[in-house]
Amino acid sequence: MAELNHYLILSAVLFTIGTAGVVLRRNVITVLLSIEVMLNAVNLTFIAFGRFLGSSDGQIIVFFVITVAAAEAAVGLALVIALFRHVETLNPDAFRQLRG
Amino acid sequence: MLLWIPLLPFVGFLVNTFGARRLPKKAVGAVASGAMFAAFLASVMAVRALVSLPAEAREVTQTIFTWIGSADFQVPLGLRLDPLSALMILVVTGIGFLIHLYSTAYMIDEEPHEYARYFAYLNLFAAFMLLLVLGENFLVLFVGWEGVGLCSYLLIGFWYKNRFAADAGKKAFIVNRIGDVAFILGVLLAFTQFGSVNFKELNGVIAGFRPEETFGVVSAIALLLFIGATGKSAQIPLYVWLPDAMEGPTPVSALIHAATMVTAGVYLIGRNAVIFTHAPEVMTIVAVIGTATALWAGAVGMVQNDIKRVLAYSTVSQLGYMFMAMGVGAYAAGIFHLLTHAFFKALLFLGSGAVIHALAGEQDLRHMGGLKKELPITYWTFLVGALAIAGVPGLAGFFSKDEILYRTFAAGHPMLWTVGAITSLMTAFYMFRLVFLAFHGERREPVAHATHDTHAAHAPHASHLHDAPRAMAMPLIVLAIGSVLAGYLNVPAALGGTAFLEHFLEPSLHVPVVEGMHGAAEHASHGLEMTLMIVSSLIAVAGIGIAAFLYLKRPAIPEAMAARFPGAYRFLVNKGYIDELYDAVVVQPIKSLSEHVLWKADATVIDGAVNGMGQIVAESGAVLRQMQTGSLRMYAVSVLFGAVMIVGYYLWS
Repeated sequence: MAELNHYLILSAVLFTIGTAGVVLRRNVITVLLSIEVMLNAVNLTFIAFGRFLGSSDGQIIVFFVITVAAAEAAVGLALVIALFRHVETLNPDAFRQLRG
Repeated sequence: MLLWIPLLPFVGFLVNTFGARRLPKKAVGAVASGAMFAAFLASVMAVRALVSLPAEAREVTQTIFTWIGSADFQVPLGLRLDPLSALMILVVTGIGFLIHLYSTAYMIDEEPHEYARYFAYLNLFAAFMLLLVLGENFLVLFVGWEGVGLCSYLLIGFWYKNRFAADAGKKAFIVNRIGDVAFILGVLLAFTQFGSVNFKELNGVIAGFRPEETFGVVSAIALLLFIGATGKSAQIPLYVWLPDAMEGPTPVSALIHAATMVTAGVYLIGRNAVIFTHAPEVMTIVAVIGTATALWAGAVGMVQNDIKRVLAYSTVSQLGYMFMAMGVGAYAAGIFHLLTHAFFKALLFLGSGAVIHALAGEQDLRHMGGLKKELPITYWTFLVGALAIAGVPGLAGFFSKDEILYRTFAAGHPMLWTVGAITSLMTAFYMFRLVFLAFHGERREPVAHATHDTHAAHAPHASHLHDAPRAMAMPLIVLAIGSVLAGYLNVPAALGGTAFLEHFLEPSLHVPVVEGMHGAAEHASHGLEMTLMIVSSLIAVAGIGIAAFLYLKRPAIPEAMAARFPGAYRFLVNKGYIDELYDAVVVQPIKSLSEHVLWKADATVIDGAVNGMGQIVAESGAVLRQMQTGSLRMYAVSVLFGAVMIVGYYLWS
C-alpha cells in the first residue's frame, strides 16, 4: 500500500527532473515540456494531500492548474513560433536581445 | 428680475469677446452701449418697484442658486436690492452707459478687434460692479470685488505695448491685492466669530452688542475690512496705484477710477455701517486716514502738470472726503458725496478726454492754453464740473461736501473740519488752475516737440482743433446737468430742503442706537450749519480767486514761488517720493529676498534634491543592469533560487 510519503517523494523527483529540464535543455519546446512536468509534480502533491486529508480541495485546485497550464501551453507555443520566425532557432541562449 | 441687471452687461461682454473679429466697430459699440442701457432700464424698473414698497419694507431679494452648501454652512448666490444698492446700481448703469457711449467715439481710432476687446472689458467691469453692489453676502460681494480689480488691471494695461501702461496695470493689481488679503481675513474672522457671511444676519447679530470700548473682535473685523477698502478706494497708504492708473484710456479713468470701482470701499463701509459703528476706535482711524488722504492728495494735485494726474489726485482727495464722512458716522453724507462725485468727476475726466482727443494725445497742461474758443462744449461742461467740485453754492459738490464738513464739525471733530476746509480750498485752487491753464490765456508751444522734432515746432499746431463729436458731447452735457442737479436730491433742512436722499438711504444705513453710543450729530443746530456753509462757500470762491490771480493775472508768481521754495515744490511735484519710498522699503527688499532665495535656496536645496534623486537612480541603474544578462537560463535559476530561499526560510523558522 503506497503511503503519502511515496507520493511526495515521487512528486519531488518529478519536480527536480522538470527543473533540471528547464535549466539545462537547449530546446525551447523541451523547456516548455519540462515546465509541464513541474506543474504535474505539484498536481500530484495536491491530489496526494487531498486524499490524505479526506478533502476535495486538492482536486479542485488541480482543475484550475490544468486549465491554466493549457492556456500557458497555448501562449508559450505561440511565442515559440513567433521567436522561431524571428531568429530561426529554438535555442534559448539565442534569445538575448533584452540583455541590460 | 435682479439677475438681469448684472447679466445684461455680461452678455454684452460675451458677444464682444467671441465676435471680436467678426463684428464691425459700429455693432461692437452698439452691443456694449445697448447692454448698458438695457441694464440701466432694468435698474430703473427694479428701483421703481422698490420705491413703491413702504419705507421700512424696501428690500427685494433673489436667490439664484445655492453656491456653497456644506452641512449648516449655506451660501446662496443671492442678490439683494435695498436703498443703498439701488442708488449704486443707478450710478453704475447710468453713468456707465454715458461713458460707454462716449467711448464709442473716443476709441474709434483703435483696430477693430482692439475696439471690441475694449468694450468687452468695459462690459465685464460693469457686470462685476453690479454684482458687487447687489450681492447679499460677503462672498458674492467678493466675486464682484475681485472681478472689478481684474477689469481695472485689464483696462489700465489696455495699451499693453506701452511699458508704462503695462506696469501701471500690474501695480494696481498688486496694491489692490494687499488690501484684499485684509478683506478676506476680515470676512473669515466675521465668519468664525458669528457664523455667517450674510450682511443682514451679521448686522443683526452685531446690532445687539454694545459698542466696543476697547479694541475687540468687532473692531478687528472693521479694521480689516477698512484696510481692504483702502486698497480699492485708494486711501493712504495704498493710494499709489490710482494716479498711475491714468495710463489707461481716459473713459476708463472716468468710469472705473473715478465714478464707480474706487467707491467700492465707501460702499463696503456703508454696507457694514453697523459693524463700523460698533468699533469707535476704528471709526476714528477711518476718519483720520480719510482726512489725511484728502489733504495730502489735494496738496500733490496742486502742482501736477499732467491734466489726468491732477484729476487722479483730485479723485483720491475726494475719496478721502467720503471716508472722512464714513469715519464720523455720517454714512448718508459719504454716500451722497459718492453720488455727486460720480457725476462731476466722470464729467471732468470725460472733458479732459475730449481735450486730449482734440490735441492728439497731449496731456501736459503746460502745452495747452486758450482752448476755450476752439472747444466750447468741452469748456462749458468742464467749467460746470469744476464749479461743482470746488463747492460753489448751488451745484452738486456744494451740498455734498458741506454736508460732510458740517457733520464732521457737529460730531465733535473741529480739527478734522479744519483740515477738510483747507482741502476744500486746495480743491477749488487746483481745479481752477487746471481750467485756466488748459482753456484760458494763449496757446503755448509744445515744448516736448521742440526738443525732439524740429518740424513739429514750426508747424502751426492749433489750426485743426475739433470739439467733441456728438457721441462725446452728449454724455458731457448730460453729466453737466447731473453735476448741477444731483445736489438737490439731498438739500439739508437748514436750507429748507427735505434731505430726501438721507431718508431714502435710512433703512440701509440706519444703525439702531444702543445705549452708550454717542450720537452727537443730532445736537447741532441749523444756525451752525448755515455758518459753516457760508464759510466753505467763501473758501471755494477764495480758492478760485487765488487760482485766477496766479494763473490769469500774474502767471509769473507761481514760477517765482516754485523757485522760492524749491524743496517743497520738488517734494510735491515728485508726489512726496512715496513711490520711491515704497520701492525702497517694500519692493527692493522683496526682490533681493527672492533673488537670494532663487540662487541660494532654490538652486542648491530644491534643485539639489531633484537632481540628486535622478543621479541616484541613474547610478544604481548602471550597477543593476549587469544582472539583466538576457539569458533565459539565468533567469530561471534565479527564480528557482529565490523560491528555494523563501521555502527554506519558512522551513527553518
